[in-house]
Amino acid sequence: MIRSELIQKVADENPHLYQRDVERIVNTIFEEIIEAMARGDRVELRGFGAFSVKQRDARVGRNPRTGESVQVEEKHVPFFKTGKLLRDRLNEG
Amino acid sequence: MSDKTLTRMDLSESVFREVGLSRNESAQLVESVLSHVSDALVAGETVKISSFGTFSVRDKSARVGRNPKTGEEVPISPRRVLTFRPSHLMKDRVAKGNKS
Repeated sequence: MIRSELIQKVADENPHLYQRDVERIVNTIFEEIIEAMARGDRVELRGFGAFSVKQRDARVGRNPRTGESVQVEEKHVPFFKTGKLLRDRLNEG
Repeated sequence: MSDKTLTRMDLSESVFREVGLSRNESAQLVESVLSHVSDALVAGETVKISSFGTFSVRDKSARVGRNPKTGEEVPISPRRVLTFRPSHLMKDRVAKGNKS
């Protein structure tokens, strides 16, 4: 399923809404999650999962081609942990 | 980092501000989006949201695990797990926003 198919499903369920409003709604939800993580916040959606930011420490890396050592800076990466309900649903039956 | 936790309520508040719907209906739409994504994943589909990321379901085979406290071997049954791969855009924005 891709973004446009998700929008279509929600639009079909809500015939009283304009398609372009459904589009804005779906986009707002995903945008808000990214913005929260960009601020370093967590987004916890019970039953679905939680988006959070993990810190990766600075380290000395190596260029695999040349074997040369390179300093890799500390960085922050997005992380998703599946919620219990969804995890259970994936393994039903 | 501000270290806050957002919930469904915060997402529905954003939807409420963005589109002229009631708070109640905004909350229902957030729920509807999450359940359509969940249903697709439970059906074994991959959910690919451009410029956000990709959720995919992977099959893990059975293996023998170990209770780390007692050292006892325990069988782990085959299971399906969900993985999320963030888009480049998300990775870049999260890295930039949290730069110290």
